[in-house]
Amino acid sequence: MKKHHITLNVNGDEYDALVEPQQSLLDVLRDKLMLTGTKEGCATGDCGACSVIVDGVLQCACLMLGVEAQGVHVETIEGMAQGSDLHPLQKAFLEFNGLQCGICTPGVLVAAKALLERNPDPTETEVRYWLAGNLCRCTGYDKLIQSVLIAAKEMRGA
Amino acid sequence: MAHDILENSGFAADRKLNIVGTSPIKHDGWDKVTGAAKFSSDLILPGMLVGKILRSPHPHAVIKSIDTSEAEKLAGVKAVVTGADFPKIKEGTPYGDMTRMVMAQEKVYHEGHPVAAVAATSEAVAKKALKLIKVDYEVLPHVIDPVAAMQPDAPILHSYMRTKGATPNDPKVSADRPSNIVERYELGVGDVDAAFKEADVIVERTFDTKPMHQGYIEPQSCVATCSEEGEIELWCCTQAPFVYRDRLSEILKVDGSKIKVQQSELGGGFGGKTAFYAEPVAIQLARKARRPVKITFTRSEVFRGTGPVSGTQSRIKIGCKKDGTITAAEAELIFQTGPYSGSAFTNAPQAMFTRYDLKNVRTVSYEVVSNRPKVASFRAPCVPQVVFGVEGIMSELANKIGMDQIDFRRKNAMADGAKTIYAETFGKIGFIETLEAAKACDHYLSPVPKGQGRGISTGFWFNRGGETSSTLNVAPDGSVTITIGTADVAGSRISISMMVAEELGIPVDKVRAVLADTHQLGFNRVTAGSRTTFSQGVVLVDCARKVIKEMAGRAARIWNVPEEGVEFSNGSFRPAGANVGEFQPLTIADIAKKTTSTEGAIAARSDMNVTGAGPGFGCHIVDVAVDEETGAVEIKRYTVVEDAGKAIHPLQVEGQFQGGAVQGIGWALNEEYIFGEDGKMQNPGFLDYRMPVASDVPNIDTVIVEVPNPRHPFGLRGVGEVPVVPTMAAIANAIGNCIGVRPQSLPMSPPRMLQWIKERDAAK
Ligand code: FES
Ligand code: FES
Repeated sequence: MKKHHITLNVNGDEYDALVEPQQSLLDVLRDKLMLTGTKEGCATGDCGACSVIVDGVLQCACLMLGVEAQGVHVETIEGMAQGSDLHPLQKAFLEFNGLQCGICTPGVLVAAKALLERNPDPTETEVRYWLAGNLCRCTGYDKLIQSVLIAAKEMRGA
Repeated sequence: MAHDILENSGFAADRKLNIVGTSPIKHDGWDKVTGAAKFSSDLILPGMLVGKILRSPHPHAVIKSIDTSEAEKLAGVKAVVTGADFPKIKEGTPYGDMTRMVMAQEKVYHEGHPVAAVAATSEAVAKKALKLIKVDYEVLPHVIDPVAAMQPDAPILHSYMRTKGATPNDPKVSADRPSNIVERYELGVGDVDAAFKEADVIVERTFDTKPMHQGYIEPQSCVATCSEEGEIELWCCTQAPFVYRDRLSEILKVDGSKIKVQQSELGGGFGGKTAFYAEPVAIQLARKARRPVKITFTRSEVFRGTGPVSGTQSRIKIGCKKDGTITAAEAELIFQTGPYSGSAFTNAPQAMFTRYDLKNVRTVSYEVVSNRPKVASFRAPCVPQVVFGVEGIMSELANKIGMDQIDFRRKNAMADGAKTIYAETFGKIGFIETLEAAKACDHYLSPVPKGQGRGISTGFWFNRGGETSSTLNVAPDGSVTITIGTADVAGSRISISMMVAEELGIPVDKVRAVLADTHQLGFNRVTAGSRTTFSQGVVLVDCARKVIKEMAGRAARIWNVPEEGVEFSNGSFRPAGANVGEFQPLTIADIAKKTTSTEGAIAARSDMNVTGAGPGFGCHIVDVAVDEETGAVEIKRYTVVEDAGKAIHPLQVEGQFQGGAVQGIGWALNEEYIFGEDGKMQNPGFLDYRMPVASDVPNIDTVIVEVPNPRHPFGLRGVGEVPVVPTMAAIANAIGNCIGVRPQSLPMSPPRMLQWIKERDAAK
């Protein structure tokens, strides 16, 4: 099968990859670049475990083809902390038990970060609707939503 | 072996606790918020191949032949296996069924049943190879619905199957002819017919529930390797590494000592990862290919190929006197199990009424095979389905006799020392306290908002102990590693570390819990049934006590005083009295530093079959609104009240309550397996199998009741199962109070709600 060469920037680093035409950005991240922090729960755009930010826009990495990722900037969970300095969202999830098993957590955190970048002061309902694309089977969402609201408050310096 | 701690846990209600009861950050959390945690599909090994499974398109067929020759010739294909590559084990035996479930042999029994598998250098090649495998099927008539499967003229799945427990008094079953009814199970007590005559009010109804899937977000994935010497290593997400090892040993005929199972981080299980699927297949491929093989399921494979929970049909009847005393109860229950037995259906008759002190009960239960995926455990296996019916009748009876819903349940509540219908006598239990807390909570006290309906329900789960083997090692700097062989399904490592830290009097950050592989410890039973934090607490507190005793001995020898002259409190060893002499206290770390200069390694292990689990009880209160135009049900307010015994880590206990309730909300309102006439599942994806999302549910309020279990060092019971038991019943009761008809069937999805509303209006 003919492969395509792409270059892309992930969390500030330049990468090259040879991609089969049917492979998704999620396959590229996980299997080619070995950035396994982004998770696959469905590969059909229904669970949000693969959430990444592509050129500033929240996306399901499983719904974008690898070949489409030529030249893009991707932000994944691996780029969220600055060195050992956790993002306020990561801290809030730890402190308020926003995660149980943790498989949905990378996707939820990336999606929540995208929300707070455009809306630093969301209501609880806004958070619930924004994260409606991220399935979590463990938490019942309560502590996950509270963690996002606490982080938002912290980031506003309120 | 006798273990003192099982006789005397050392529980003291007035013990001052520094760590237990707080909510520190879980140690595994850091890796989980940064993407570093290694879940099952995150392992990549040199030379690793991709494994893919070919699945049956038919729900029921004889496999006449399989031709894999073309697939084997394809460049990049390194191994192909079929049922013929597995040791032959007699059909109808537990291991015979188990091996046929992971790879069909004579017949396929459900759409999605594995028939062959390949290992290849890439996923694309593996998929291409699957297309080259030719399977010749003789298609047979199928049966999906369990009631249809019970009829004498139903297509028979297993010609060798005869109903266990058949009795001439029951025309549904016969021991003489092949049947799809695996077992008939009767359980009861007292004189039910006479007791129903004493009742002033009797309600009898029929109910049905649909299979739902556990819905873990991490699909099953595993990596198998095999050394030249035949040693197998398996990496996978599992709730039962030791059980996997032992079953693999049986079905693959390999010594257990040659199989190492290492659990990955577990991305949700809820009972669904207590049985293997791809793992034996990956191993057979790896043995043939002599290279590591990874198999990762797609979501569609998870739905079609791994266990949902049992769907049920039930007929339930309860009678009570005007004063609220229940005189008798009766139930007939049918459980679907998929093509093979193993639904744990006997839990249901045992647990369905347990919490009410009933003297006259009769239950008959049937487990039935049909052409659908084999069921797997799910929180409180088989119990929520039947409590859905029981608690509907309880609410109806309370209304009929004009009694408050909680008072009616309180009137019949089991108290300490109550005897169950399965002949267990309870010790200290907290059902009454749970009901009292529910009655006193803000939700129950506040009026039902206009246009809404309120429902309540209660639930029970046994909680479990079981075989547990762990070690505790003290490093020379005084920090502590505990090695555990149970799985961590939602944060048990931190709760277990907290109990160890509390016992040793050291900060919790000085304790690390490590998930062992199966070579490192003795047998550990499956992590299920709310047994893990309870059992590990017992076993590791036992280890901590052994280490304290060992260190006290060393302190005595350092001070040159008798051992009785040393006492331990708050993390330090001190002289037990002035007569022992004047010595500076020695901390755990002080003595650990002298590891080499004293007698060497300071460590303990404890292996036991833990007993003393304390039963758990809960009460849920829910308010709903129903849109009569669309049939949509909105959960407006939800409160979970449950006895935890002792909440070791309250934030995690609340998380269990909330997560269980929301899974129950999904089961109540939307989730179901939908099959077409062709016997194929029509909704094997998250778009059509709709689990609750964040905007579907409100915050879930929690009330933690703490009636300590004196058989545990800190009073813990177990909190994982009960939260899903009352949910569907509570929601159905709330809907009933809102629209005037109490649903008797799940799910209560919009089209079905509209149908019931239409029927209600037509009956007016
Ligand atoms: S894996 Fe992309 S949405 Fe589920
Ligand atoms: S924490 Fe397990 S799925 Fe969200």
